[in-house]
Amino acid sequence: MKLTAQCFRPPNLTRAVLQLTLTCLILMQRVLKAWELLEVKSVLRDKIPVVRRFSGGGTVIVDHGTVFVSFVCNKDSVPSLQPYPQPIMAWSSLLYDQVFHGAGDFKLRENDYVFGNRKFGGNAQSIIKNRWIHHTSFLWDYDEINMAYLKVPARAPKYRMERNHSEFICRVKDFLPRSAFIEGIIKAAGTHFSLRFVPWDAIELSAAANFMPSSRMLTRQELKAAIDAEPESLLSQSM
Amino acid sequence: MALRMWASSAANALGVSCAPKSHLLPAFSLSRCFSTVLEGLKYATTHEWVKHEGSVATIGVTDHAQSHLGDVVFADLPEGGTVTAGKAFASVESVKATSDVNSPISGEIVEVNTKLSDSPGLINSSPYEEGWMIKVKPSNPAELESLMGPEEYKKFCEEEDAHH
Repeated sequence: MKLTAQCFRPPNLTRAVLQLTLTCLILMQRVLKAWELLEVKSVLRDKIPVVRRFSGGGTVIVDHGTVFVSFVCNKDSVPSLQPYPQPIMAWSSLLYDQVFHGAGDFKLRENDYVFGNRKFGGNAQSIIKNRWIHHTSFLWDYDEINMAYLKVPARAPKYRMERNHSEFICRVKDFLPRSAFIEGIIKAAGTHFSLRFVPWDAIELSAAANFMPSSRMLTRQELKAAIDAEPESLLSQSM
Repeated sequence: MALRMWASSAANALGVSCAPKSHLLPAFSLSRCFSTVLEGLKYATTHEWVKHEGSVATIGVTDHAQSHLGDVVFADLPEGGTVTAGKAFASVESVKATSDVNSPISGEIVEVNTKLSDSPGLINSSPYEEGWMIKVKPSNPAELESLMGPEEYKKFCEEEDAHH
């Protein structure tokens, strides 16, 4: 999140960032309260970090099995692309079709990437005056236990049909080899942009950049307050 | 599936060279729907409108903008302070995306539309009336003159959509 947000700021270069996540943490959407989205008591008990994200998108739990791909673009980086949510989503779906075509019944479905009717990639965007970010969190693999930290959201895509997490999501690794996945993304990006690989340590994340990302980690006090804010009726259901 | 079929057929209709690579790229903009442009307002190239009445100017996003954003689920508005022409003062969240809203003029915020916290969808259903965002006391009235009038904005939108 911090790296992607940093890339969003000047200099206004077009960047694609591919990140592998090491830590288990929750990225929470801005709109709803923590108690609506999370099993807060479990999150607090197990000390799972919770970050309220700056970009749009839902609430996800990420761990060592998650692969993030972010495109950070000037508004004119992709010819003929209007910098609005649906055109950007349509463009990215064509890019990823190059990666996943033939691996399964890949499609973009209500803003999610699915094989059939099971989600493996969630999308989020942030659009400012002359730049936009589109990022996707891919479930290369995931730990079933971690899904228990998330509630089934009230606002869910229709195709979810009230399925629980286990029935709703799937793992990319069950559909194609890791090398094909990573190399496929790089190759697909290369059909749209000229690529130059930048080592991780060449990307400056120093405080001297004077950059304060608008994504922020929720404090334990805020999470405890979320428990107090949860309606009694829901609290008794979760016990 | 429908999206893939649409994109495939569109790819044959538009060829775009993305230097140094050249291949067919589809048209990414959705089919043009007619957006409302009101008389008596001024418009910014970033698709915000301004209604100047006396010492106060009301600001919101245009019908063109709301139709492209999709259903707005959250509006993050300032509580007060000042705005600067061309700079973001708010953001709106539609499904999967947050988008900045830029102020067409500079000035002091005198009122914020608090209805949008419970009913952000007013931005979609009533972008020029109930979906207004802030009211500002302009600090530089000359900035209003640099904005587009209705006809100019309408043409701007048509050209923007035609170009994409």
